[in-house]
Amino acid sequence: MAKLFQNMSNSKAHLAEKIFEKDIEKIPTRNGYGEGLVEAGEKDKRILVLCADLSESTRSEYFQKKFPERFVEVGVAEQNMASLAAGMALAGKVPFISSYAAFSPGRNNEQIRTTVALNNANVKIAGAHAGISVGPDGATHQALEDIALMRVLPNMRVIVPCDAIEAKKATVAAAAIEGPVYLRFAREKTPLFTTLQTPFQFGRAEIFLQGKDATIIACGPVLYEALLAAHLLEKQGVSVEVLNSHTVKPLDKKTILQSVSKTKAVVTVEEHQIAGGLGGAVAELLSRECPVPVECIGVQDRFGESGSPDELMDAFGLTHPHIIKAVKKVLKRKV
Amino acid sequence: MIKRQYSIEELEKIANEIRQDIIKMLVEAGSGHSAGPLGMADVFCALYFAVMNHDPKNPAWEERDRLILSNGHICPVRYATMARAGYFPLKELMTLRKFGSRLQGHPEREKLPGVETTSGPLGSGLSQAAGMAYVGKYIDKTRWRVYCAMSDAEQESGQIWEAAMFAGKNRLDNLTAIIDRNNIQIDGCTEDVMPLEPLKAKYEAFNWHVLEIDGHNLEQIIDACNQAKAIHQKPTIIIAQTIPGKGVSYMENDFKWHGVPPGISDIPGEPPKNQQVKIALKELRTLHGKIVSEHE
Repeated sequence: MAKLFQNMSNSKAHLAEKIFEKDIEKIPTRNGYGEGLVEAGEKDKRILVLCADLSESTRSEYFQKKFPERFVEVGVAEQNMASLAAGMALAGKVPFISSYAAFSPGRNNEQIRTTVALNNANVKIAGAHAGISVGPDGATHQALEDIALMRVLPNMRVIVPCDAIEAKKATVAAAAIEGPVYLRFAREKTPLFTTLQTPFQFGRAEIFLQGKDATIIACGPVLYEALLAAHLLEKQGVSVEVLNSHTVKPLDKKTILQSVSKTKAVVTVEEHQIAGGLGGAVAELLSRECPVPVECIGVQDRFGESGSPDELMDAFGLTHPHIIKAVKKVLKRKV
Repeated sequence: MIKRQYSIEELEKIANEIRQDIIKMLVEAGSGHSAGPLGMADVFCALYFAVMNHDPKNPAWEERDRLILSNGHICPVRYATMARAGYFPLKELMTLRKFGSRLQGHPEREKLPGVETTSGPLGSGLSQAAGMAYVGKYIDKTRWRVYCAMSDAEQESGQIWEAAMFAGKNRLDNLTAIIDRNNIQIDGCTEDVMPLEPLKAKYEAFNWHVLEIDGHNLEQIIDACNQAKAIHQKPTIIIAQTIPGKGVSYMENDFKWHGVPPGISDIPGEPPKNQQVKIALKELRTLHGKIVSEHE
């Protein structure tokens, strides 16, 4: 771990030693989902996993191999899957439904609203292949509005894990929550920058870097870009605090407000539409409780497109150079 | 648990009381659906008083049979039947659709114990029933059965057929669905809006056992539900031919009464609004004039 970074890093966060080295291990967050399902499934026999013809790419196959009697293939029928799961939950089970986020919670949004959220049914929704980093498949398969769709539903919780290790913890944690949860996963391999020792608690944001000039609040694998930006800014004498806000709903108001009241400048970072996403959620909170300048890194009211993940992340302004610019901009706006 | 055996005559009398409750509730609420609830009074009466294992004093009883109402808008019939069965006092029926009531305009599981699920948006009940039946048959291997009441018009929605495929594939023989085949929907007759026939052949093609009955003949309703219990390796669908607005002559078979209560508005070709409730209740009370001793 680079020396400067080590100084800023919150020792309690236990980030990976190799965090900024070229050979850092990369694994898709969806793998963490598959592993989490197996772990949760061993502990809790009530857990069932439903899949809409995407068992390999959602990694629900890990569970299928281990517990075939508790795996339910529903075919290409996401609407049916959501309501089947609601019925199963009402009969005492803990069903996880797995598909691409564009289809679930995309296509089946009303079924989730009525039969899962309004029923307060104990259903977990796993949206894989979220964000533009899906890459060549293009806009139809790049869910950029799923956080927004789920965040506005009463009873629903929203978790966006930052790497495969956290994804596994989040999946296990979701299984233990009584009530609906949305979990968001990505297709691409992304850096494993947390460790088994990194704390994860549903609803609690973690301070990954301590700083005093500005706060970056991020969720999902782009949190890595935020850390990289903070690391480079430190070399330029700018001290940035970085929060891992994996739980987008409910937001950890306490941790966010504590940090923001100290730094008085905020940049949010996410691989999702700014409208309705983490940026929207943070802006709603701060406008009420601690109005300070906020800059949002995220997708700006457009659909995705085909390309390599790296190309797209840069073209959509989601990489560390863009985050650095946003931090500098917000610092200029600081009163 | 309701253990008492009711005679067909007794059941008919209860169904008639349920219809009168429905009219009174709708009038008090000032809005709501008339045709569907009246048309399904016999089916609901049969389910709660002769078919299902359930306990009005313990709605969460693990071993109960589950009744999913998919077309939530006909909930007045479910509420009235539940009250008659002893789930809650009859007078609470008069709170239908009012602020703070447990009897929401469309039924909500979180509000009223015994309502197995929240419904209103059409087409999702069969999926939930299939999910429960799957748990019952394969995961917990229970003895309870799942019933799902649906409208005919909601057969137009795609999710129904996703669920029908799933139930057929998984041979959910603990699932009995009942279609209220009343041939009307908001915009007109089902066969004009979007033809459903041949409905029987469609479900058979999806690997269901299909029964067609007179949905106002209590004996046929009970027999069909019992026959479904004897069918192995297939879910059963009962296509119940019903008369929308059954029991109130001016409402019967008239789609104008799908979504409005009596006594609210003057409708061309219908009795004047100040007469509608009176006529409806009198017809039900006197069984269409068969009881002649009633004077007003």
